[in-house]
Amino acid sequence: MPLLNMRLARPQVIVDINRVQELEFIRVGEDGLHLGALVRQAKLEEDPLIARHCYPLKEIAPFIGHPATRCRGTVGGSLAHADPAAELPSLLVALGARFKISGEGERWVPADDFFVTYFTTALGPEEILSEIVIPYMGQGTGVSFREFNRRWGDFAMAGIAVFLAVDATGKIRRACLVPVGVEGAPRRIQEVEARLQGEPRSPGLFEEAGVLIAREVEAQSDLNASADYRRRLLEVLTVRALEDAYFRAMEESARGQA
Amino acid sequence: MARHEIQVTVNGVQGVYRVEARKTLCDFLRHDLGLTGTHAGCEHGSCGACTVLVDSVPVRSCLMLAVQSHGSRIVTVEGLAQDGKLHPLQKAFADHHGLQCGFCTPGFLLTLVYLLGRGKRMGEEELRRELSGNLCRCTGYQKIVEAALDAQAAQAEEKS
Repeated sequence: MPLLNMRLARPQVIVDINRVQELEFIRVGEDGLHLGALVRQAKLEEDPLIARHCYPLKEIAPFIGHPATRCRGTVGGSLAHADPAAELPSLLVALGARFKISGEGERWVPADDFFVTYFTTALGPEEILSEIVIPYMGQGTGVSFREFNRRWGDFAMAGIAVFLAVDATGKIRRACLVPVGVEGAPRRIQEVEARLQGEPRSPGLFEEAGVLIAREVEAQSDLNASADYRRRLLEVLTVRALEDAYFRAMEESARGQA
Repeated sequence: MARHEIQVTVNGVQGVYRVEARKTLCDFLRHDLGLTGTHAGCEHGSCGACTVLVDSVPVRSCLMLAVQSHGSRIVTVEGLAQDGKLHPLQKAFADHHGLQCGFCTPGFLLTLVYLLGRGKRMGEEELRRELSGNLCRCTGYQKIVEAALDAQAAQAEEKS
């Protein structure tokens, strides 16, 4: 709508899918939590299935805009719009979600391959995003999200979604780190993930990951923040998110063994 | 320009209107219905001045087309006072001087009607976070927050 209001887009025809109720479901599946594309962002805060099966979605909801925008804004809308500073795209890449794309037929695309660059996705002109599947997080996992902005609820100047899985000894089995608002599209920073993989937590490890991630990203400058400032923010936020995610993963792992 | 027929209930008054497909709900309320209490600020969803209630939830009326409101019940700031008596939130804003120029006030009021209507008791920090989507250009947040907390306390007292 802002694009229309500012006359940046002048479409001939708009098809409003807001009332397609079939796209507003939340369902517990075998392979993960299934969300229809039209699930409102406000639902993420309130829905008991989400709280139970995917707490990161509940936790991230307050970061997405404001109450009045969350009441209308949809999960699918945020993903298909693909603003590089939006929270949901990065989180869902970190969680390894899959997206169903419906057009003439149907196809499934991993979140990794869905986001191409600024406001650009794998969606074709005659396709819509219809469903999202988020795999269950499993034992010994922890997720944390951090972002920085001037006003609560604004698009992030920089942020990070971290997913960690640990084994019984506290070694990191798997790490997914996906920045927000730093590059043109969310992607896992594999150089940092590789550094963390197989490591127990040791002094300086997360700080090193912070330095590494700030070096690996191609940060952009705009009127909100310079590239250097974004890198510095990302470094600090990454350390905090790693500590939090690791703590949660260890706690969860201990609970699983008890 | 294509026009569509919509049926909406605005502040309790049901009506059938013909509106251009491209018209925002905000412009429809202001221009077609003359309800100029809904203020058009940034017109891209940042400032919250145009917030109205659509089927009891707050909506940026600049981010919704009038045609999308077909079949809905809409409340604007003009619908808050009943029988010449101010809504408790309006009263609290007046008592606490929770406004200076008044441009942002309708949006704050309608957002707060929703927030307080959820029945969840908010502390000051949470309230400020929930109100972060409404900007006050006079930066009079302190008084706005005081008014809202007072209205919340009064509401809780009434319930008990």
